[in-house]
Amino acid sequence: MTALSLTNLRAGYDRDLPIVKGVSFTVNKGEAVCILGPNGAGKSSMIKAVAGQVPCFGGQVRLGEADVTGLSSHELVRKGMGFVPQTENIFTRLTILENLQIAAQLLPRPDRAARIAAMFDMFPDLGARPRELAGALSGGQRQMLAAARALLTEPPVLMLDEPSAGLSPKLVGQVFDTLRRISEAGVTLVLVEQNVRAALALTSRALVLVDGQLAHDGPTSALHDGNLLGELFLGHRSVEASA
Amino acid sequence: MNPQAFIDGLISGSTIGLGAIGLTLTYSILRFANFTHGDFLAWGAYLTLTVAGVLGGLAAGLGAPLYPFSFGWGLPLAVMGGVILTVALALGLDRILFGRLRARGADAIIIVMASFGASMALRSLLEFIFTAKPAYFTKALQIAKPLGLGMRATPDQLLVIGLTGALVLALHLFVTRSDTGRAMRAVSENPNLASVFGVDVDKIVRVTWIIGAGMACLAGVMAGLLVQIRPYMGFDLLLPLFAAAILGGIGSIPGAMLGGLIIGLAEAFTVQIIGAEWRAAISFIILVLVLMLRPQGLFGQRGA
Repeated sequence: MTALSLTNLRAGYDRDLPIVKGVSFTVNKGEAVCILGPNGAGKSSMIKAVAGQVPCFGGQVRLGEADVTGLSSHELVRKGMGFVPQTENIFTRLTILENLQIAAQLLPRPDRAARIAAMFDMFPDLGARPRELAGALSGGQRQMLAAARALLTEPPVLMLDEPSAGLSPKLVGQVFDTLRRISEAGVTLVLVEQNVRAALALTSRALVLVDGQLAHDGPTSALHDGNLLGELFLGHRSVEASA
Repeated sequence: MNPQAFIDGLISGSTIGLGAIGLTLTYSILRFANFTHGDFLAWGAYLTLTVAGVLGGLAAGLGAPLYPFSFGWGLPLAVMGGVILTVALALGLDRILFGRLRARGADAIIIVMASFGASMALRSLLEFIFTAKPAYFTKALQIAKPLGLGMRATPDQLLVIGLTGALVLALHLFVTRSDTGRAMRAVSENPNLASVFGVDVDKIVRVTWIIGAGMACLAGVMAGLLVQIRPYMGFDLLLPLFAAAILGGIGSIPGAMLGGLIIGLAEAFTVQIIGAEWRAAISFIILVLVLMLRPQGLFGQRGA
Protein backbone atom coordinates (compact mmCIF):
# COMPACT_ATOMS: atom_id res chain seq x y z
CA MET A 1 0.00 0.00 0.00
CA THR A 2 1.42 3.38 -1.03
CA ALA A 3 2.13 5.90 1.73
CA LEU A 4 3.81 8.60 -0.36
CA SER A 5 4.43 8.99 -4.06
CA LEU A 6 6.11 11.61 -6.21
CA THR A 7 5.47 11.80 -9.95
CA ASN A 8 7.79 13.90 -12.08
CA LEU A 9 8.15 16.50 -9.32
CA ARG A 10 9.80 19.78 -10.28
CA ALA A 11 10.52 22.27 -7.53
CA GLY A 12 12.87 25.05 -6.40
CA TYR A 13 13.00 28.76 -5.75
CA ASP A 14 13.02 29.92 -9.41
CA ARG A 15 10.64 28.41 -11.97
CA ASP A 16 13.28 28.78 -14.70
CA LEU A 17 15.99 27.14 -12.61
CA PRO A 18 14.35 24.23 -10.77
CA ILE A 19 16.49 22.40 -8.22
CA VAL A 20 14.39 19.22 -8.32
CA LYS A 21 14.11 18.21 -11.97
CA GLY A 22 11.40 15.62 -12.45
CA VAL A 23 11.76 13.12 -9.61
CA SER A 24 9.43 10.12 -9.34
CA PHE A 25 9.32 7.41 -6.66
CA THR A 26 6.89 5.61 -4.39
CA VAL A 27 7.27 4.80 -0.68
CA ASN A 28 5.17 1.96 0.71
CA LYS A 29 3.44 2.02 4.05
CA GLY A 30 5.78 1.14 6.92
CA GLU A 31 8.88 1.39 4.71
CA ALA A 32 12.05 3.22 5.86
CA VAL A 33 13.72 5.04 2.97
CA CYS A 34 16.83 7.19 2.95
CA ILE A 35 17.61 9.82 0.35
CA LEU A 36 21.32 10.25 -0.27
CA GLY A 37 23.38 12.34 -2.62
CA PRO A 38 26.28 14.78 -2.85
CA ASN A 39 26.02 18.33 -1.53
CA GLY A 40 23.82 20.45 -3.76
CA ALA A 41 22.01 17.46 -5.26
CA GLY A 42 18.62 18.84 -4.22
CA LYS A 43 17.82 16.38 -1.41
CA SER A 44 16.72 18.98 1.13
CA SER A 45 14.89 21.03 -1.50
CA MET A 46 13.00 17.93 -2.59
CA ILE A 47 11.89 16.96 0.91
CA LYS A 48 10.99 20.60 1.64
CA ALA A 49 8.92 20.75 -1.55
CA VAL A 50 7.04 17.62 -0.44
CA ALA A 51 6.54 19.26 2.98
CA GLY A 52 5.18 22.50 1.49
CA GLN A 53 8.22 24.62 2.31
CA VAL A 54 9.56 25.04 -1.25
CA PRO A 55 7.33 25.86 -4.27
CA CYS A 56 6.43 22.99 -6.64
CA PHE A 57 6.48 23.93 -10.35
CA GLY A 58 5.16 20.69 -11.80
CA GLY A 59 4.43 17.05 -11.14
CA GLN A 60 2.42 15.54 -8.33
CA VAL A 61 2.80 14.56 -4.68
CA ARG A 62 0.34 12.05 -3.25
CA LEU A 63 -0.05 11.21 0.43
CA GLY A 64 -1.77 7.86 0.42
CA GLU A 65 -4.51 8.37 -2.17
CA ALA A 66 -4.80 12.14 -1.74
CA ASP A 67 -3.19 14.65 -4.10
CA VAL A 68 -1.36 17.08 -1.80
CA THR A 69 0.75 18.89 -4.39
CA GLY A 70 1.37 22.53 -3.44
CA LEU A 71 -0.50 22.40 -0.13
CA SER A 72 0.92 24.57 2.62
CA SER A 73 2.82 22.96 5.50
CA HIS A 74 0.04 23.35 8.05
CA GLU A 75 -2.45 21.69 5.70
CA LEU A 76 -0.04 18.78 5.08
CA VAL A 77 0.44 18.27 8.82
CA ARG A 78 -3.33 18.03 9.22
CA LYS A 79 -3.40 15.41 6.46
CA GLY A 80 -0.86 13.28 8.27
CA MET A 81 2.58 14.28 7.02
CA GLY A 82 5.13 14.91 9.75
CA PHE A 83 8.25 16.87 8.85
CA VAL A 84 11.33 17.67 10.91
CA PRO A 85 13.50 20.40 9.34
CA GLN A 86 17.29 20.16 9.48
CA THR A 87 17.90 23.24 11.63
CA GLU A 88 15.70 25.56 13.68
CA ASN A 89 13.27 22.71 14.23
CA ILE A 90 12.04 23.71 17.70
CA PHE A 91 10.89 26.96 19.29
CA THR A 92 13.79 27.91 21.53
CA ARG A 93 11.91 30.73 23.30
CA LEU A 94 9.09 28.39 24.36
CA THR A 95 9.28 25.64 26.95
CA ILE A 96 9.53 21.96 26.06
CA LEU A 97 5.90 21.51 27.10
CA GLU A 98 4.75 24.51 25.06
CA ASN A 99 6.49 23.12 21.97
CA LEU A 100 4.46 19.94 22.33
CA GLN A 101 1.27 21.82 23.23
CA ILE A 102 1.43 23.74 19.95
CA ALA A 103 1.71 20.50 17.96
CA ALA A 104 -1.08 18.98 20.09
CA GLN A 105 -3.52 21.67 18.94
CA LEU A 106 -4.25 19.44 15.94
CA LEU A 107 -5.63 16.73 18.24
CA PRO A 108 -9.06 16.66 19.90
CA ARG A 109 -8.77 18.48 23.23
CA PRO A 110 -9.45 15.39 25.43
CA ASP A 111 -6.60 13.45 23.75
CA ARG A 112 -3.90 16.08 24.08
CA ALA A 113 -2.61 15.45 27.61
CA ALA A 114 -2.37 11.69 27.02
CA ARG A 115 -0.39 12.12 23.78
CA ILE A 116 2.01 14.59 25.41
CA ALA A 117 2.46 12.15 28.31
CA ALA A 118 3.16 9.37 25.78
CA MET A 119 5.88 11.51 24.19
CA PHE A 120 7.43 12.17 27.60
CA ASP A 121 7.43 8.39 28.20
CA MET A 122 9.15 7.85 24.86
CA PHE A 123 11.68 10.63 25.52
CA PRO A 124 12.31 10.61 29.30
CA ASP A 125 15.00 13.32 29.01
CA LEU A 126 12.28 15.74 27.92
CA GLY A 127 9.71 14.50 30.42
CA ALA A 128 12.10 15.22 33.28
CA ARG A 129 11.96 18.99 32.68
CA PRO A 130 8.87 19.99 30.71
CA ARG A 131 8.92 23.63 31.84
CA GLU A 132 12.52 24.28 30.80
CA LEU A 133 13.09 26.56 27.82
CA ALA A 134 13.75 24.47 24.72
CA GLY A 135 16.65 26.76 23.90
CA ALA A 136 18.52 25.29 26.88
CA LEU A 137 18.54 21.76 25.39
CA SER A 138 21.61 20.12 23.88
CA GLY A 139 21.75 19.37 20.15
CA GLY A 140 20.66 15.75 20.61
CA GLN A 141 17.85 16.68 22.97
CA ARG A 142 16.63 19.27 20.47
CA GLN A 143 16.40 16.56 17.81
CA MET A 144 14.50 14.39 20.31
CA LEU A 145 12.06 17.24 20.95
CA ALA A 146 11.70 17.83 17.20
CA ALA A 147 10.95 14.13 16.68
CA ALA A 148 8.56 14.06 19.64
CA ARG A 149 6.73 17.05 18.23
CA ALA A 150 6.39 15.41 14.83
CA LEU A 151 5.28 12.07 16.29
CA LEU A 152 2.78 13.58 18.72
CA THR A 153 -0.01 13.63 16.15
CA GLU A 154 0.84 10.06 15.05
CA PRO A 155 1.47 10.92 11.39
CA PRO A 156 1.45 7.96 8.98
CA VAL A 157 4.48 9.47 7.21
CA LEU A 158 7.45 11.10 8.96
CA MET A 159 10.08 12.94 6.92
CA LEU A 160 13.34 14.14 8.47
CA ASP A 161 15.91 16.45 6.92
CA GLU A 162 19.40 15.44 8.12
CA PRO A 163 18.61 14.60 11.74
CA SER A 164 22.31 13.98 12.45
CA ALA A 165 23.47 17.42 11.27
CA GLY A 166 25.77 19.07 13.79
CA LEU A 167 25.59 16.24 16.35
CA SER A 168 28.45 14.36 18.01
CA PRO A 169 28.82 10.65 17.07
CA LYS A 170 27.34 9.64 20.45
CA LEU A 171 24.26 11.80 19.92
CA VAL A 172 23.90 10.56 16.33
CA GLY A 173 23.68 7.04 17.79
CA GLN A 174 20.95 8.13 20.20
CA VAL A 175 18.95 9.88 17.49
CA PHE A 176 19.15 6.91 15.13
CA ASP A 177 18.19 4.49 17.92
CA THR A 178 15.07 6.61 18.42
CA LEU A 179 14.34 6.62 14.69
CA ARG A 180 14.71 2.82 14.63
CA ARG A 181 12.09 2.51 17.36
CA ILE A 182 9.80 4.85 15.43
CA SER A 183 10.24 2.82 12.26
CA GLU A 184 9.64 -0.45 14.10
CA ALA A 185 6.38 1.03 15.39
CA GLY A 186 5.13 1.07 11.78
CA VAL A 187 5.64 4.74 10.89
CA THR A 188 6.69 5.30 7.27
CA LEU A 189 10.08 7.01 7.42
CA VAL A 190 11.68 9.18 4.74
CA LEU A 191 15.10 10.40 5.70
CA VAL A 192 17.45 12.83 3.95
CA GLU A 193 20.91 12.21 5.38
CA GLN A 194 24.58 13.02 4.79
CA ASN A 195 25.69 10.40 7.30
CA VAL A 196 25.53 7.56 4.78
CA ARG A 197 26.64 4.78 7.11
CA ALA A 198 23.99 5.58 9.74
CA ALA A 199 21.27 6.06 7.13
CA LEU A 200 22.02 2.75 5.38
CA ALA A 201 21.99 0.92 8.73
CA LEU A 202 18.56 2.32 9.60
CA THR A 203 16.70 2.01 6.31
CA SER A 204 15.92 -0.80 3.89
CA ARG A 205 15.84 1.21 0.70
CA ALA A 206 17.97 4.05 -0.63
CA LEU A 207 17.33 6.70 -3.24
CA VAL A 208 20.32 8.60 -4.60
CA LEU A 209 19.72 12.07 -5.96
CA VAL A 210 22.29 13.69 -8.24
CA ASP A 211 21.81 17.14 -9.76
CA GLY A 212 18.10 17.17 -8.94
CA GLN A 213 17.41 13.81 -10.58
CA LEU A 214 17.03 10.31 -9.23
CA ALA A 215 20.22 8.38 -10.00
CA HIS A 216 19.50 5.21 -8.02
CA ASP A 217 16.54 3.52 -6.33
CA GLY A 218 17.14 0.15 -4.70
CA PRO A 219 17.76 -1.80 -1.51
CA THR A 220 20.38 -0.37 0.84
CA SER A 221 22.29 -3.68 0.63
CA ALA A 222 23.38 -2.71 -2.90
CA LEU A 223 25.19 0.34 -1.52
CA HIS A 224 26.96 -1.21 1.45
CA ASP A 225 30.28 -1.82 -0.30
CA GLY A 226 30.54 1.88 -1.23
CA ASN A 227 31.73 1.49 -4.83
CA LEU A 228 28.34 2.01 -6.42
CA LEU A 229 27.62 4.94 -4.11
CA GLY A 230 30.94 6.54 -5.00
CA GLU A 231 30.24 6.20 -8.70
CA LEU A 232 26.74 7.64 -8.25
CA PHE A 233 28.01 10.57 -6.18
CA LEU A 234 30.67 11.33 -8.77
CA GLY A 235 28.14 11.06 -11.59
CA HIS A 236 29.87 8.14 -13.35
CA ARG A 237 26.76 5.99 -13.36
CA SER A 238 23.33 6.88 -14.68
CA VAL A 239 19.87 5.87 -13.45
CA GLU A 240 19.60 3.23 -16.18
CA ALA A 241 22.96 1.66 -15.38
CA SER A 242 22.25 1.36 -11.68
CA ALA A 243 18.73 0.02 -12.04
CA MET B 1 8.47 68.31 43.29
CA ASN B 2 4.69 67.98 42.90
CA PRO B 3 3.55 64.33 43.33
CA GLN B 4 0.71 65.01 40.87
CA ALA B 5 3.24 64.25 38.10
CA PHE B 6 3.06 60.61 39.19
CA ILE B 7 -0.69 60.39 38.50
CA ASP B 8 -0.36 62.39 35.27
CA GLY B 9 2.38 60.00 34.14
CA LEU B 10 0.31 56.91 34.98
CA ILE B 11 -2.64 58.26 33.00
CA SER B 12 -0.74 59.15 29.84
CA GLY B 13 1.38 55.99 30.31
CA SER B 14 -1.79 53.86 30.26
CA THR B 15 -2.74 55.19 26.83
CA ILE B 16 0.80 54.82 25.53
CA GLY B 17 1.05 51.29 26.95
CA LEU B 18 -2.20 50.11 25.37
CA GLY B 19 -1.15 51.54 22.03
CA ALA B 20 2.32 50.00 22.35
CA ILE B 21 0.83 46.53 22.94
CA GLY B 22 -0.68 46.49 19.45
CA LEU B 23 2.53 47.87 18.00
CA THR B 24 4.75 45.29 19.70
CA LEU B 25 2.51 42.43 18.55
CA THR B 26 2.48 43.51 14.91
CA TYR B 27 6.21 44.22 15.08
CA SER B 28 7.06 40.76 16.45
CA ILE B 29 4.62 38.68 14.38
CA LEU B 30 4.43 40.58 11.08
CA ARG B 31 8.05 41.70 11.38
CA PHE B 32 7.77 45.32 10.40
CA ALA B 33 7.45 48.66 12.19
CA ASN B 34 3.87 49.65 11.45
CA PHE B 35 3.57 53.42 11.14
CA THR B 36 -0.19 53.18 10.58
CA HIS B 37 -0.63 52.02 14.16
CA GLY B 38 -0.84 55.60 15.45
CA ASP B 39 -3.53 56.31 12.87
CA PHE B 40 -5.52 53.30 14.07
CA LEU B 41 -5.67 55.11 17.43
CA ALA B 42 -7.04 58.27 15.80
CA TRP B 43 -9.41 56.36 13.52
CA GLY B 44 -10.60 54.31 16.50
CA ALA B 45 -11.44 57.48 18.41
CA TYR B 46 -13.24 59.10 15.45
CA LEU B 47 -15.14 55.91 14.53
CA THR B 48 -16.25 55.53 18.15
CA LEU B 49 -17.32 59.17 18.18
CA THR B 50 -19.32 58.59 15.00
CA VAL B 51 -21.03 55.50 16.42
CA ALA B 52 -21.73 57.41 19.66
CA GLY B 53 -23.32 60.18 17.59
CA VAL B 54 -25.53 57.68 15.75
CA LEU B 55 -26.55 56.00 19.03
CA GLY B 56 -27.21 59.38 20.61
CA GLY B 57 -29.49 60.23 17.68
CA LEU B 58 -31.38 56.95 18.13
CA ALA B 59 -31.78 57.14 21.90
CA ALA B 60 -31.15 60.48 23.58
CA GLY B 61 -31.06 58.88 27.06
CA LEU B 62 -27.78 57.09 26.24
CA GLY B 63 -25.92 60.40 26.56
CA ALA B 64 -26.92 61.05 30.19
CA PRO B 65 -23.76 60.81 32.35
CA LEU B 66 -23.24 57.68 34.43
CA TYR B 67 -22.25 58.98 37.86
CA PRO B 68 -19.38 59.50 38.71
CA PHE B 69 -18.14 59.47 35.11
CA SER B 70 -18.50 62.18 32.48
CA PHE B 71 -20.11 59.93 29.84
CA GLY B 72 -23.29 57.90 29.49
CA TRP B 73 -24.06 54.35 28.33
CA GLY B 74 -23.69 55.54 24.75
CA LEU B 75 -19.88 55.58 24.97
CA PRO B 76 -19.28 51.97 26.13
CA LEU B 77 -21.74 50.80 23.46
CA ALA B 78 -20.08 52.99 20.85
CA VAL B 79 -16.65 51.61 21.82
CA MET B 80 -17.81 48.14 20.75
CA GLY B 81 -18.80 49.52 17.35
CA GLY B 82 -15.58 51.52 17.16
CA VAL B 83 -13.42 48.48 17.90
CA ILE B 84 -15.22 46.43 15.22
CA LEU B 85 -14.80 49.20 12.63
CA THR B 86 -11.12 49.80 13.51
CA VAL B 87 -10.43 46.07 13.25
CA ALA B 88 -12.18 46.05 9.86
CA LEU B 89 -9.98 48.97 8.78
CA ALA B 90 -6.79 47.13 9.85
CA LEU B 91 -7.82 43.85 8.21
CA GLY B 92 -8.82 45.70 5.05
CA LEU B 93 -5.48 47.51 4.92
CA ASP B 94 -3.67 44.20 5.40
CA ARG B 95 -5.70 42.62 2.61
CA ILE B 96 -5.12 45.36 0.03
CA LEU B 97 -1.58 46.42 0.98
CA PHE B 98 0.53 44.56 3.55
CA GLY B 99 -0.76 41.07 2.72
CA ARG B 100 0.03 41.53 -0.97
CA LEU B 101 3.53 42.74 -0.19
CA ARG B 102 4.10 39.74 2.14
CA ALA B 103 2.86 37.36 -0.55
CA ARG B 104 5.39 38.83 -2.99
CA GLY B 105 8.16 38.32 -0.43
CA ALA B 106 8.83 42.07 -0.18
CA ASP B 107 11.68 43.19 2.09
CA ALA B 108 10.73 44.58 5.50
CA ILE B 109 11.90 48.07 4.47
CA ILE B 110 9.42 48.08 1.57
CA ILE B 111 6.58 47.17 3.92
CA VAL B 112 7.70 49.83 6.41
CA MET B 113 7.70 52.46 3.65
CA ALA B 114 4.26 51.27 2.53
CA SER B 115 3.00 51.68 6.09
CA PHE B 116 4.47 55.18 6.19
CA GLY B 117 2.58 56.10 3.01
CA ALA B 118 -0.62 54.48 4.25
CA SER B 119 -0.24 56.38 7.51
CA MET B 120 -0.15 59.71 5.70
CA ALA B 121 -3.13 58.74 3.55
CA LEU B 122 -5.17 57.64 6.57
CA ARG B 123 -4.33 60.83 8.46
CA SER B 124 -5.22 63.07 5.52
CA LEU B 125 -8.46 61.17 4.98
CA LEU B 126 -9.36 61.65 8.62
CA GLU B 127 -8.70 65.38 8.38
CA PHE B 128 -10.71 65.54 5.14
CA ILE B 129 -13.73 63.79 6.66
CA PHE B 130 -13.74 65.26 10.18
CA THR B 131 -11.69 68.49 9.68
CA ALA B 132 -8.74 69.41 11.94
CA LYS B 133 -11.02 70.98 14.56
CA PRO B 134 -10.76 69.09 17.89
CA ALA B 135 -13.74 66.96 18.89
CA TYR B 136 -14.82 65.64 22.30
CA PHE B 137 -16.69 62.59 23.60
CA THR B 138 -18.11 64.75 26.35
CA LYS B 139 -17.91 68.39 27.34
CA ALA B 140 -18.97 67.72 30.92
CA LEU B 141 -16.51 69.10 33.47
CA GLN B 142 -15.14 66.77 36.10
CA ILE B 143 -13.58 67.81 39.37
CA ALA B 144 -10.43 65.88 40.28
CA LYS B 145 -10.82 64.20 43.65
CA PRO B 146 -7.99 64.02 46.20
CA LEU B 147 -6.22 60.64 46.39
CA GLY B 148 -3.85 61.49 49.23
CA LEU B 149 -0.17 62.49 49.24
CA GLY B 150 -1.09 65.61 47.30
CA MET B 151 -2.35 63.71 44.25
CA ARG B 152 -5.70 64.16 42.53
CA ALA B 153 -7.52 62.39 39.69
CA THR B 154 -10.93 62.48 38.04
CA PRO B 155 -13.14 59.36 37.99
CA ASP B 156 -12.58 59.08 34.21
CA GLN B 157 -8.82 59.05 34.76
CA LEU B 158 -9.04 56.37 37.44
CA LEU B 159 -11.27 54.31 35.15
CA VAL B 160 -8.69 54.53 32.36
CA ILE B 161 -5.92 53.30 34.70
CA GLY B 162 -8.07 50.43 36.04
CA LEU B 163 -9.34 49.38 32.64
CA THR B 164 -5.82 49.39 31.23
CA GLY B 165 -4.59 47.12 34.05
CA ALA B 166 -7.46 44.67 33.46
CA LEU B 167 -6.89 44.61 29.69
CA VAL B 168 -3.16 44.00 30.04
CA LEU B 169 -3.74 41.14 32.48
CA ALA B 170 -6.37 39.56 30.22
CA LEU B 171 -4.12 39.86 27.15
CA HIS B 172 -1.11 38.49 29.01
CA LEU B 173 -3.12 35.44 30.11
CA PHE B 174 -4.45 35.00 26.57
CA VAL B 175 -0.99 35.03 25.01
CA THR B 176 0.64 32.77 27.63
CA ARG B 177 -2.17 30.29 28.36
CA SER B 178 -4.39 29.91 25.28
CA ASP B 179 -3.78 27.81 22.15
CA THR B 180 -3.96 30.89 19.94
CA GLY B 181 -1.62 32.83 22.21
CA ARG B 182 0.99 30.05 22.15
CA ALA B 183 0.66 29.90 18.37
CA MET B 184 1.21 33.68 18.22
CA ARG B 185 4.44 33.31 20.19
CA ALA B 186 5.50 30.47 17.90
CA VAL B 187 4.83 32.52 14.74
CA SER B 188 6.71 35.40 16.33
CA GLU B 189 9.81 33.19 16.70
CA ASN B 190 9.68 31.33 13.37
CA PRO B 191 6.64 31.46 11.04
CA ASN B 192 7.92 28.68 8.74
CA LEU B 193 8.45 26.31 11.63
CA ALA B 194 5.06 27.22 13.08
CA SER B 195 3.51 26.13 9.80
CA VAL B 196 5.37 22.80 10.04
CA PHE B 197 3.89 22.43 13.54
CA GLY B 198 0.42 22.75 11.97
CA VAL B 199 -0.20 26.41 12.85
CA ASP B 200 -2.26 28.35 10.29
CA VAL B 201 0.02 31.39 10.05
CA ASP B 202 -2.51 33.46 8.06
CA LYS B 203 -5.06 33.00 10.84
CA ILE B 204 -2.50 34.13 13.42
CA VAL B 205 -1.74 37.22 11.32
CA ARG B 206 -5.47 38.06 11.31
CA VAL B 207 -5.70 37.55 15.09
CA THR B 208 -2.71 39.87 15.53
CA TRP B 209 -4.38 42.63 13.52
CA ILE B 210 -7.61 42.14 15.47
CA ILE B 211 -5.89 42.47 18.85
CA GLY B 212 -3.59 45.28 17.72
CA ALA B 213 -6.32 47.37 16.11
CA GLY B 214 -8.71 46.69 19.01
CA MET B 215 -6.16 47.89 21.54
CA ALA B 216 -5.35 50.91 19.36
CA CYS B 217 -9.04 51.85 19.25
CA LEU B 218 -9.33 51.59 23.02
CA ALA B 219 -6.19 53.67 23.50
CA GLY B 220 -7.57 56.29 21.10
CA VAL B 221 -10.88 56.43 22.95
CA MET B 222 -9.09 56.78 26.29
CA ALA B 223 -6.90 59.59 24.94
CA GLY B 224 -9.96 61.24 23.42
CA LEU B 225 -11.95 60.92 26.62
CA LEU B 226 -9.24 62.46 28.79
CA VAL B 227 -7.98 65.13 26.40
CA GLN B 228 -9.51 65.61 22.94
CA ILE B 229 -9.80 63.94 19.55
CA ARG B 230 -7.65 65.27 16.70
CA PRO B 231 -6.60 63.73 13.37
CA TYR B 232 -2.93 64.02 14.45
CA MET B 233 -3.42 62.49 17.91
CA GLY B 234 -2.09 59.08 16.76
CA PHE B 235 0.80 60.54 14.81
CA ASP B 236 1.84 62.59 17.84
CA LEU B 237 1.83 59.41 19.94
CA LEU B 238 3.90 57.40 17.45
CA LEU B 239 7.31 58.16 18.96
CA PRO B 240 6.22 57.37 22.56
CA LEU B 241 4.55 54.17 21.25
CA PHE B 242 7.73 52.96 19.53
CA ALA B 243 9.83 53.97 22.52
CA ALA B 244 7.53 52.02 24.87
CA ALA B 245 7.44 48.90 22.63
CA ILE B 246 11.23 48.85 22.26
CA LEU B 247 11.87 49.69 25.91
CA GLY B 248 9.60 46.83 27.01
CA GLY B 249 11.13 44.37 24.54
CA ILE B 250 9.56 43.56 21.19
CA GLY B 251 6.84 40.93 21.53
CA SER B 252 6.33 41.34 25.28
CA ILE B 253 2.86 42.54 26.35
CA PRO B 254 3.79 43.29 29.99
CA GLY B 255 6.96 44.89 28.62
CA ALA B 256 5.00 47.21 26.32
CA MET B 257 2.72 48.21 29.19
CA LEU B 258 5.62 48.82 31.56
CA GLY B 259 7.45 50.68 28.80
CA GLY B 260 4.35 52.85 28.28
CA LEU B 261 4.14 53.65 31.97
CA ILE B 262 7.85 54.50 32.13
CA ILE B 263 7.53 56.79 29.09
CA GLY B 264 4.39 58.39 30.53
CA LEU B 265 6.05 59.00 33.90
CA ALA B 266 9.23 60.27 32.25
CA GLU B 267 7.17 62.73 30.19
CA ALA B 268 5.22 63.95 33.22
CA PHE B 269 8.31 64.46 35.38
CA THR B 270 10.17 66.09 32.47
CA VAL B 271 7.36 68.61 32.09
CA GLN B 272 7.50 69.39 35.78
CA ILE B 273 11.26 69.42 36.30
CA ILE B 274 12.67 70.71 33.00
CA GLY B 275 9.80 72.21 31.05
CA ALA B 276 6.89 71.28 28.76
CA GLU B 277 8.95 71.88 25.62
CA TRP B 278 11.09 68.82 26.50
CA ARG B 279 8.11 66.46 26.79
CA ALA B 280 8.43 65.00 23.27
CA ALA B 281 12.23 64.82 23.48
CA ILE B 282 12.28 62.46 26.45
CA SER B 283 10.74 59.58 24.43
CA PHE B 284 13.41 60.01 21.81
CA ILE B 285 16.18 60.10 24.42
CA ILE B 286 14.87 56.91 26.08
CA LEU B 287 14.53 55.20 22.68
CA VAL B 288 18.15 56.00 21.75
CA LEU B 289 19.46 54.94 25.17
CA VAL B 290 17.62 51.60 25.05
CA LEU B 291 18.83 50.86 21.51
CA MET B 292 22.41 51.60 22.56
CA LEU B 293 22.48 49.93 25.99
CA ARG B 294 19.89 47.14 25.91
CA PRO B 295 18.48 46.69 22.40
CA GLN B 296 16.41 43.67 23.45
CA GLY B 297 14.53 45.89 25.94
CA LEU B 298 13.44 45.03 29.47
CA PHE B 299 11.61 41.76 28.75
CA GLY B 300 12.78 40.94 25.22
CA GLN B 301 15.22 38.21 24.31
CA ARG B 302 18.35 38.68 22.27
CA GLY B 303 17.72 38.04 18.59
CA ALA B 304 13.99 38.60 19.00
